[in-house]
Amino acid sequence: MIRVQQQDFDPAEEYRALRDSGSGTGAIATFTGLVRDSGDLKGVTGLFLEHYPGMTEQVIEGLIREASERWDVREARVIHRVGYLALGEQIVFVGVCSAHRGDAFAACEFIMDALKTSAPFWKKEITGDSEHWVEQKTADLDRTQSWE
Amino acid sequence: MTADNTITVKFFARLREELETASLSVEAESGLTAGRLLHSLAARGGNWTQLDGAQPVMIAVNQVMTKPDKVLQPGDEVAFFPPVTGG
Repeated sequence: MIRVQQQDFDPAEEYRALRDSGSGTGAIATFTGLVRDSGDLKGVTGLFLEHYPGMTEQVIEGLIREASERWDVREARVIHRVGYLALGEQIVFVGVCSAHRGDAFAACEFIMDALKTSAPFWKKEITGDSEHWVEQKTADLDRTQSWE
Repeated sequence: MTADNTITVKFFARLREELETASLSVEAESGLTAGRLLHSLAARGGNWTQLDGAQPVMIAVNQVMTKPDKVLQPGDEVAFFPPVTGG
């Protein structure tokens, strides 16, 4: 299940959906990313998130498929918000249920890491008096490559 | 020029803002690659020159990431954008 949307989401509801969906599920791992006050800039008050409609969903579907080939994944949910998000707001949710915790942790982390470097989303940091498109980080690329 | 022999070009994020263009159409020439299209757009001058290697530009054709040597066909959708930074 993949959703790209402006509106907020409820991680508890997403957890319940994961728990109710998978037969044989023994473990659920979830990750939620939030807007923080510093990135490339200090004093960030919000983010603007842009995406490439259609391609974004296809890329994330591919990541979930790849995760399912590498680990036991019974169900996965990815939600990514777009538009303006204020400090502290939720940006992204990744949840995976599996028979075992190791697979749930690994698949969840893999999907999140790969999403950051291959799904067409772009973040613009906004402070009181400036805006700045976030540049891709070598550390993010290294994390994604570490799964290869 | 008809819709049948055109290629749609899309720009996203920083490129969309700096080029002040979200989408345009170009004529599909035989053997045109994504890289040559990028080069020809850079030749427009001004802010367009940044497409010629000053900053990394990612390429997707029909919503699949690809390399500059990808040959384009009439009806293709080509997107140029900066490296992604979601999540």
